[in-house]
Amino acid sequence: MFSFCTDPSTLPDWQWWACYLTTGKHLAFYASFGTVLLLLALAAPAALALGLAGALAARSTNPLLAWPGRIYTAMVRGVPDIIFFLFVPLALDQLFEIIRHRIKCPDWEQPIWQGNDFVVCPAAKLPLSSAPQWVHEVYGFTLALIAFAIVFGAFAANTLRGAMDAVPKGQIEAAEAYGFSRGQIIRRILLPQMWIYALPGLGNLWQILIKATPLLFLLGVEDVVYWAKELGSSKTSAFAYPHPDWRLWYFLALLVWYLGLTKISEAVFARLDARVSRGIVTVKGGNGA
Amino acid sequence: MMSCAEAISAYGLRAIGIGERLLPKHDIGLCEQVVLIGSGLIWNIYFAFFALLFGFFLATAIALARASERWWLRKPAGWFIFIFRGSPLFIQFFFAYELFVLLPKIGIDIPLGFTTITVETRWLTRAWLGALIVLLLNTSAYAAEIFHGALKAVPRGDIEAADAYGLSGWRRFRRIVWPTMLRLAWPSYTNEAIFLTHATTLVFFSSFPAWRQEGDALYYASYFAEKTFNPFVSYPIVAAYFVALTLTIIFLFGRINRRLNRHLPRTGRPRLRIRPRFLR
Repeated sequence: MFSFCTDPSTLPDWQWWACYLTTGKHLAFYASFGTVLLLLALAAPAALALGLAGALAARSTNPLLAWPGRIYTAMVRGVPDIIFFLFVPLALDQLFEIIRHRIKCPDWEQPIWQGNDFVVCPAAKLPLSSAPQWVHEVYGFTLALIAFAIVFGAFAANTLRGAMDAVPKGQIEAAEAYGFSRGQIIRRILLPQMWIYALPGLGNLWQILIKATPLLFLLGVEDVVYWAKELGSSKTSAFAYPHPDWRLWYFLALLVWYLGLTKISEAVFARLDARVSRGIVTVKGGNGA
Repeated sequence: MMSCAEAISAYGLRAIGIGERLLPKHDIGLCEQVVLIGSGLIWNIYFAFFALLFGFFLATAIALARASERWWLRKPAGWFIFIFRGSPLFIQFFFAYELFVLLPKIGIDIPLGFTTITVETRWLTRAWLGALIVLLLNTSAYAAEIFHGALKAVPRGDIEAADAYGLSGWRRFRRIVWPTMLRLAWPSYTNEAIFLTHATTLVFFSSFPAWRQEGDALYYASYFAEKTFNPFVSYPIVAAYFVALTLTIIFLFGRINRRLNRHLPRTGRPRLRIRPRFLR
């Protein structure tokens, strides 16, 4: 990074640190914080959309919609979400490969599950073994993103369903009296009014989403945990920057970063809550003026 | 392929080191999966039970400190809650493990009067103690926040009535404040217990090694998924075990809830509902 970094072993302290903290691997470490933020930015709207769909389906009068919706909202209650995080990417990966296998290699004779092996034809592999490294990384990240969206979508569906139930019945009945159709009631009455009831739950959910992001590590994505382990482990004198085991300090840095992130989100949601509560009578806020 | 009876005798207690030394590698049948994953559940129950047991008392103490008028009690309690609730449990596991590894390897003698036990710091790097401590501190922070909220919601009239009866200090707390606090906090605390139990699955996926492949239910489930390349069997098995465990917790906490509210009319009792608060 700096011109004086050519021989780190001869450097004085502050220059050594300046060089150490700007090595290529450290820059990749800093970039991995961006990966976490990108996951948050993509997973939150995806989960919200899935949650909205799930909540509306669960409240539907059509049993073909209501049952899948109810199962979707109920599935996260009794089962640890970590199981979903491990299961969904693996299952999706196999599902994609089986579909591609059927399409690309119709005359493949052997069974796909051979005893303890899962074999598809080379052309059906995802990503292709000839694909460059970044394709593998993007594919892994996408599978992780889908897993996060599905799990947090189910959580959001729970929250939104509760919020929809909290919208005063009189409002719905008044809309029915005016001859609104079901779709109109949902669009014009239910959705605009439920947000105030949903916001505390969604804020909580956002905090939980933040605290779930280190699980990216379990899904094989090179995230902050991966780099903290990698950079912190002790380096012998064969390395340019030898140091003892510093993982404790790297994890301390992660801890502080996450604390900051949750603290900031808390403040943002408090302001948002104050904003949407304007003009609405609540126990807490008096007449909301 | 083993028969089911063979699988039970070989792997029924494998998670605590009793039975077959090697895990199944070839011809893995359904029975082996069900039995071994079930034996892993011993660890989940162990972690959840002791973390909740000790955490209950620690959380009460922290909640009281948080509500204290003395700043030197209130501030540290607030920081404790903030740190453990504001950061991911996963990172806490990693951080604690590295911390425990760096501790000097010594034995500390604790005289108990009639006998002396030696506590070795290297136990802290083992999951049974190290991870338990992290889970204990984590659940204490979440539960302390719940108890603190309930403590502030204890009706003023109750306290005034206690004062009028001449109750004060410990007796007022024990007889009036504490039962009411528990009653108010119990639905949320049930929720916390469920999600702490779910969080125990993280232990062997963070830094704590599964010594001699003695792991929890999810550890074995992912082992099977890896060995058979088929996630559609072992993960549903472990999911079913956890649904059963969750229902058991709801049943037990529901009994306690009934007892806490036994003086109230049946219709006035708060009902337990799972409101997912999920991962931490």
